[in-house]
Amino acid sequence: MSEESLNNSNISLAALKAGDRAEFARLVDATSNHIYRLALKILRDPQDAEDVLQESYIKAMRALPEFEGRSSLSTWLYRIAVNEALMLLRKRRVNLVPVEEDPDEDDLQAGMVLTDWCCLPEDELLSAESRQRLEQAVDALPETLRVVFMLRDMEGLSIRETAGMLGLTETAVKTRLLRARLRLRNQLSVYFGERLTENSSE
Amino acid sequence: MTDICNCKGLVSSISEYIDGELPPELCAELEKHMSECENCTIVVNTLRKTIDLYKQPTPDNPLPDEIKSRLYARLHLEDYMNK
Ligand SMILES: [Zn+2]
Repeated sequence: MSEESLNNSNISLAALKAGDRAEFARLVDATSNHIYRLALKILRDPQDAEDVLQESYIKAMRALPEFEGRSSLSTWLYRIAVNEALMLLRKRRVNLVPVEEDPDEDDLQAGMVLTDWCCLPEDELLSAESRQRLEQAVDALPETLRVVFMLRDMEGLSIRETAGMLGLTETAVKTRLLRARLRLRNQLSVYFGERLTENSSE
Repeated sequence: MTDICNCKGLVSSISEYIDGELPPELCAELEKHMSECENCTIVVNTLRKTIDLYKQPTPDNPLPDEIKSRLYARLHLEDYMNK
């Protein structure tokens, strides 16, 4: 996460609270890439992501006086951004809490790809192409799974925090996380399976 | 897969297993099963590797210039926009 870049840039909370505009600009500079990318991943729409980006900082500016520094500044800001993105999703009437949750469903067992690609060399696993495949697989996740995956696995929120932000039970978060992860694993297994076949025929 | 029913029951716990959040007795049960079931071992290993891969830090792409300009304008920070 960009936690580090923010720590390295030594932004002064006192200056921010005092309304120092140059300092706020430094905060924007250090965090806007991450917020935009996060919003884009959740919403999959550049215009919506841009709205979230702008609104997040406007909300942050207003909320700064009340920020007590219990979490880090970047964590606080990213939560604001996540909330903005979720609000937009709800406006689009995406139902994040389906009526019934069927944990026994589809991807838990069906179509499990059983290629063992763990032995592939690092440069193959970390290639730009495999990275891209992974990005596409994340984008292809249904909204309900993608949001859980983004909050828990990419933003590093706890199961409990994720459940709280989405209005879900912790069990539902765990089930969705599992299903999201299994889908990504499957997609990668298909891709790396192709790579394995190519490598062995060379 | 010798015991499909058993595998199916265990798949639901592998995510927590990888996160180290599975209760010890379930953990032992899963590990015992994995020692006898190649398929589940592959699923656990490739899932763990999948998680490793997407958690690899990647630099966030820089914000497109137009989006950055509009953001700074909206926040009345134009004077501080570098580049
Ligand atoms: Zn098995």
